[in-house]
Amino acid sequence: MSLLFVVFFACAALAVLGAVMLIVAREPIHSALSLILVMVALAVLYLLLGAEFIAAVQIIVYAGAVMVLFVFVIMLLNAGVEERTNWSKMAKYAGLPLAFFLLLEIARWFSLSAVGARVANGTNAVNSAAASTVDLSKMLFRDYLFPFEATSILILIAILGALVLAKRGE
Amino acid sequence: MNAVPVSYYLVLSAVLFGLGVVAFIFKRNIIAVYMAIELMLNAVNLAFVAFARAWNQLDGLVFVFFVIVVAAAEAAVGLAIVITIAQNRRSLNVEDVNLLKF
Repeated sequence: MSLLFVVFFACAALAVLGAVMLIVAREPIHSALSLILVMVALAVLYLLLGAEFIAAVQIIVYAGAVMVLFVFVIMLLNAGVEERTNWSKMAKYAGLPLAFFLLLEIARWFSLSAVGARVANGTNAVNSAAASTVDLSKMLFRDYLFPFEATSILILIAILGALVLAKRGE
Repeated sequence: MNAVPVSYYLVLSAVLFGLGVVAFIFKRNIIAVYMAIELMLNAVNLAFVAFARAWNQLDGLVFVFFVIVVAAAEAAVGLAIVITIAQNRRSLNVEDVNLLKF
């Protein structure tokens, strides 16, 4: 029981660390690498939640394909160090504490609500995690067949759009 | 089986989304702004999976699948736009792209 909490907090700390590194890094390639760290930590959390298929897709599509695309573009354009914006005084002394208190309030509400404690009692956990991918594919190819086919049209349009944009216009 | 309450996942999702918004506002590199958008999409995906787990409904996982597909398409088109901007303006700073700014 406590091992799950240890894994959760380790992955959560890694994800937050990666997100903070994304913000403070000045080189875009460092931002990209820390974003990959966030995605891998989230994939472990998906495994912890019993969503193996989503974890695999997260690694293959996000950390694999999308981030390779990002790194490729960063290398292609030779993106250098970005210049900083100055933090305004108001952001530093009013914005940051307000954001922190908003976060505390959100955390308090989530932990107080009935939904938040839902998985903790274990009465409604998914009974067999291995079957969830089978159920997911059944749902995807029956109930959500039309949206699934529509995404293939969307990807086709995205490929055409990327080709048209990347072609040097006369 | 899973002892971690959903609220923990939701708070983590909120933190990641907030950091994504901060990165979206403060970063000056176009590619870094796109990465901030990807971070926000990831945070929303975590909330989807946590809620799917809480209600024992697989619809949330299907939605995560669609979000990932749309994010991949968005990254492809967005990075093509970034390449076009970099070729035309010789800069990746978002403040140099102000043609539509009033």
